[in-house]
Amino acid sequence: MEKKKIRKELKVSAIENGTVIDHIPPQSVFHVIRILNLDKIKNQILFGTNLDSVKYGKKGIIKVSKKYFESEEINKIALVAPTATLIVIKDFQVVYKSQVEIPDKIVKFVKCFNPNCITNHQNISTKFDVIDKEDLKLHCHYCEKITKKDDIDFN
Amino acid sequence: MKNRSLVSINDFTKNEHLKILNLAEKFEKNPTQNTLKDYVVATLFFEPSTRTRLSFESAASRLGAKIIGFTDAASSSVKKGESLKDTILTVSNYSDIIVMRHPQEGSARYASEISPVPIINAGDGSNQHPTQCMLDLYSIRKTQGKLNDLHIAFVGDLKYGRTVHSLVIALINFNATFHLVSPVELKLPSSVKRHIKDKKLNYFQYTDLNEVIPNVDILYMTRIQGERFADPLEYERVKNSYVLNNNMLDNAKKNFRVLHPLPRVNEISEDVDNNSKAYYFQQAKNGVYVRQALLTSILGVN
Ligand SMILES: [Zn+2]
Repeated sequence: MEKKKIRKELKVSAIENGTVIDHIPPQSVFHVIRILNLDKIKNQILFGTNLDSVKYGKKGIIKVSKKYFESEEINKIALVAPTATLIVIKDFQVVYKSQVEIPDKIVKFVKCFNPNCITNHQNISTKFDVIDKEDLKLHCHYCEKITKKDDIDFN
Repeated sequence: MKNRSLVSINDFTKNEHLKILNLAEKFEKNPTQNTLKDYVVATLFFEPSTRTRLSFESAASRLGAKIIGFTDAASSSVKKGESLKDTILTVSNYSDIIVMRHPQEGSARYASEISPVPIINAGDGSNQHPTQCMLDLYSIRKTQGKLNDLHIAFVGDLKYGRTVHSLVIALINFNATFHLVSPVELKLPSSVKRHIKDKKLNYFQYTDLNEVIPNVDILYMTRIQGERFADPLEYERVKNSYVLNNNMLDNAKKNFRVLHPLPRVNEISEDVDNNSKAYYFQQAKNGVYVRQALLTSILGVN
């Protein structure tokens, strides 16, 4: 048991500096890569999916060298991978670790699902209140319609 | 209420709603005044709605205000591609208050955030139409002598009808019992029913219009629109099963009244018009008094 734990720690620390996004639902790994635009950056990236997880059965993981995420990016991760853990690595050491959290308000980066919403026609930042975090539901501040989990699309 | 925009019915509290209704009563007794003679009211109709625009312009005119604006986007700079922001900021230089109607949902909320003068939402797409809701409340109170503890039936398109949604939400403050009559395809959305449940009020759902008439104080009729149905035959069937005619009103209570936001198509047959229980034309007239009350309250002139 002790040995296993150490091995796991090593696995996570295998980058020198950067961020590890762990415990991603396996089906969301590529989604996370896309919404964070990780396919367009020059940093070294390692990722795996359908890995064994004690907690969730199967999981995905993404390790990005020399990259530390802004809070807006962390909020994006929370929306598509609510179980994800964010681990910040400096000099091979874990300096910060926490589970992502769905925020109460979401500004700018999610599109309103209502095609007739003013935010889809004029240059206006979207604003949502998160009215349900379990079964994700976003209430648009402008059109007052609800964008549900499966309808979420990012700007 | 001074300088506050009215975008959604919930922007004002129950007490503020009642203040507006009380003030509207004063305007009904004495509609022609000169209290807004130094004010300019802009009416920006990005989509045409003659009925609503005339009601606002009549309200403003009877108070002595000057009116500027446009009646549809085609006759304005919007057609040349001007953004909503630029239109609002420009017009706010020329006016003290902006009444706007816009085809897209959320437009009025956005305008209220960028405009230096208050905005009155005269309809933003399928979202909100709070002045209609206020005149509905006024009409209900006027015909029933009260707003509390009434049995209100809503008939027709309860799914997409924004006037129904707003009025249900406003009536929740008055301990109403809701009777919801619609085809199954057009039932009241659960997001609106949630408000009723939150207040622990009762609602009953029906598909047959005849069933509710003897039991309610108000019958609020709405139009069922063809574009809501994929199958035109289904629309024909449904449309004709929610038509009110005069002989259906025989068992109605004495205080019973029929309301309709207008325009109607065929959902109320013309033989109802002369029945003393038909109230929809007076209802439209009440809109002028309610809009007078809103204009003066928001401009802070009483
Ligand atoms: Zn929206």
